Amino acid sequence: MSVPSVPAVPGGRTNVRRGRWAGVKRDHRLAGTSPIAGYFFVALYAGLLVLLGIAPVVYAIYLALTNSGGFGSSFVDAFNDYRFVPAFEHVLEFMVIWLVAQTVLVVSLTLMLHNLAPRIGAFFRFVFYIPGALAGAASVVVWLFMLDPTASPFSPILHWFGYGQFDNTVAPGNLPVIFAIMAFWTGAGAWMVVMYGALNNIPHELLESAEMDGANAFKTALFIKLPLIRKWVVYMLVLSFAGGTQLFVEPTVLSSAALGVGVSKYWSPNQLAWFVASQYDNFNEAAAISVVLLVLGLAVAAVLVWRGRLFEVD
Amino acid sequence: MAFPRRHLLRIVGFGVLLFFTLFFFVPIIWLFLAPTKSDGQLLTQSPFAFGSFGTLGATFHRIVTYSDDSLLIWLKNSAIYSFGGTALAVIAAIPAGYGLALTQFVGRRALLSITLVVMIMPATALVLPLFLEINKLGLYGTIWALILPFGFFPFGVYLAYIYFSSAIPKDLLAAARMDGATEWGVFRHIAVPLARPIIGLVAFFAFVASWNNFFLPFVMTYDSSQYPLQIGLQQLIGSTASFNPANYSAGSSITVLHRPDLAAAVTVAIIPVLLVFLFAQRALVTGMLAGATKE
Repeated sequence: MSVPSVPAVPGGRTNVRRGRWAGVKRDHRLAGTSPIAGYFFVALYAGLLVLLGIAPVVYAIYLALTNSGGFGSSFVDAFNDYRFVPAFEHVLEFMVIWLVAQTVLVVSLTLMLHNLAPRIGAFFRFVFYIPGALAGAASVVVWLFMLDPTASPFSPILHWFGYGQFDNTVAPGNLPVIFAIMAFWTGAGAWMVVMYGALNNIPHELLESAEMDGANAFKTALFIKLPLIRKWVVYMLVLSFAGGTQLFVEPTVLSSAALGVGVSKYWSPNQLAWFVASQYDNFNEAAAISVVLLVLGLAVAAVLVWRGRLFEVD
Repeated sequence: MAFPRRHLLRIVGFGVLLFFTLFFFVPIIWLFLAPTKSDGQLLTQSPFAFGSFGTLGATFHRIVTYSDDSLLIWLKNSAIYSFGGTALAVIAAIPAGYGLALTQFVGRRALLSITLVVMIMPATALVLPLFLEINKLGLYGTIWALILPFGFFPFGVYLAYIYFSSAIPKDLLAAARMDGATEWGVFRHIAVPLARPIIGLVAFFAFVASWNNFFLPFVMTYDSSQYPLQIGLQQLIGSTASFNPANYSAGSSITVLHRPDLAAAVTVAIIPVLLVFLFAQRALVTGMLAGATKE
C-alpha cells in the first residue's frame, strides 16, 4: 500500500549515543584501508542509487519543465486541471482523520501495553502487528469484505450506522474514514512496536523515583513517559504525513469494485498522475504532479535527516 | 479510597485492549474461515462458523483453475520478482553497508546522507518517475522493470551500515590486514560470516516490501501473464459477483467468482509473508528497532 505499512522504520538512533560513533572517521584502525576498496564495496549500490533513485527524479523534473507549451507550463496544466485540487483535498481529509486517530491510539495503546506484564504485552503487540503482513492489495480486499454489510463480521456495527448494502458503506463521503481505517489497521501495530522500544529506553531509575514520589501508573505515563517519547511521536507523524500524501493502493483497488461508484480513477494525486499518463499519454503533466509529491516527500525526509538528528551519519 | 477507582481503570483498560484485539484480529480469522463456506452460507451462518473441508477444497479448486490457472501464474510472477529483487538487494546492500561503515573514501558521508533521504522518502513517490524512466529506457514490460527497483533498497544499506559499525570489532579487521589479508579477503572471510543475522534481516525486509508492493507492478505490467498476485487480486475483484454484479448477468460467458473464492485467493497471496512474520517475529522486531533500543 502506498501508506507506509511495512514500516521502512529506520533504525533511529538517539542523540545520546552520537558520541560513540563520532570517531569512525579518524579511526586509526581503519588507517590501512584504501579508498579503492571502499569504492569497490559501494559500487553496485551506488550504481542502483544513481539509476533508480536519482535519474528518475532528474528525468521527471526534466519532463515536467520541458513541454511544448513552454517552461513550467506542465505545472500550470497540473494546477489548472480540474481534478488536481479535489485530489489533494481528498488526501488532506484522509490524513487529518488518519494522523489524529493514529497518534492518539498508538500512543495511548502503547502506554497501556507498557504497563502490562512483559509477556502479556508481547502477545498484544504481536496480535496488533499481524495485519502488517497484509499490506498491499490484500488488506484492501479484506476490508472490502469487512465493509460489506451482508457478509461482514462487523455487520451489526454497519447496520447500526444504517448501512445495509456495500454501496451504502463506500459512499463518497465515507471514503476518507474508510481509507484511514485501512491504513491504521495495517500500520499501527508496527508503530506500537517502535514506540514500545522507545519506552524501554527510559531509564529504570527515573520511573522508580516517580513511583516513590507517589505518581500512579496513569500519571507516570502522562507526565514522565509521554514527554520522553515525544520525539518518536513527531517522527511517526512526519513519516506518516509523507506516506499519506502518496495514497494510491486503497482508492485504486476499491475503485475496481463497480459498486464502489464513489471512487474515481483520480481520487488521490498519485492516481491522477497515473491517470493522465496512462489515459492521455500526457507524461509532462504526470511528471509535474509527481514532482509536487516528490518535493513533499523529499522535504520531509531532508528535515528529518538534517534537523531531526534521529539518524546516525557518524 | 483509591482502590475501587484503580479497579475501574483496569477494567476499562482491558475493555479497550479487547476491542482493539478484535479490530486487528477478526478480519484475519474471518478471511481464513470464508473459503470453507459457500457464498450463501457466508450470509446465513455465523461469521466465525467453520463450513466444511469439502467446500474448502472446492473453493480452492475453483480459484486455482480460474481463467487458465491465472492464480498460479501470478504466484510464480510474484516469486520471480520478489526473489530476484531480494537477491539483488542483498548483493548490493551488504557490501555497501560494509564499505560505508568500515572503509574510508571521499564521498562516503554524502552517499550516506543521500541513502537516508531516499530511505525516509516514501518509496511510492519514486514510482511514476521510475515508470517514465523505464519507459524511456525500453525496459517497460520486462521483468527488470520490477527486479531492478526492488533491488534498490536503501533501508537495507542503512541496516547493514548500522550493523557493521557496531557489531564488528575493528581490531579484528586491522589484525587480519596486518596478517596480509586483502580487502576482499577481510570482507569475505571475516565480515560476511559475522554478518549472517543482518543478511537475513535485509532479505526479510526486501522480500516483504517486494511481495506486498502494489503501485510499482501496477504501472509496470500490462498483461495478466505478467501480473504478480497483488495485481491479480485486484483483477479478481472485477470478476466477483457481489462487488461487480454486472458480470453476473445470466448467460454471460465470464466465469463468475464469489466472495469465498476471492477470500481464498487473498489467503494464497498473504500466506508466504504471514509465515515469515510468524517465524521471524523476533528478528523482525530487532530490525525495526535497530539502534533504537539499548542492548
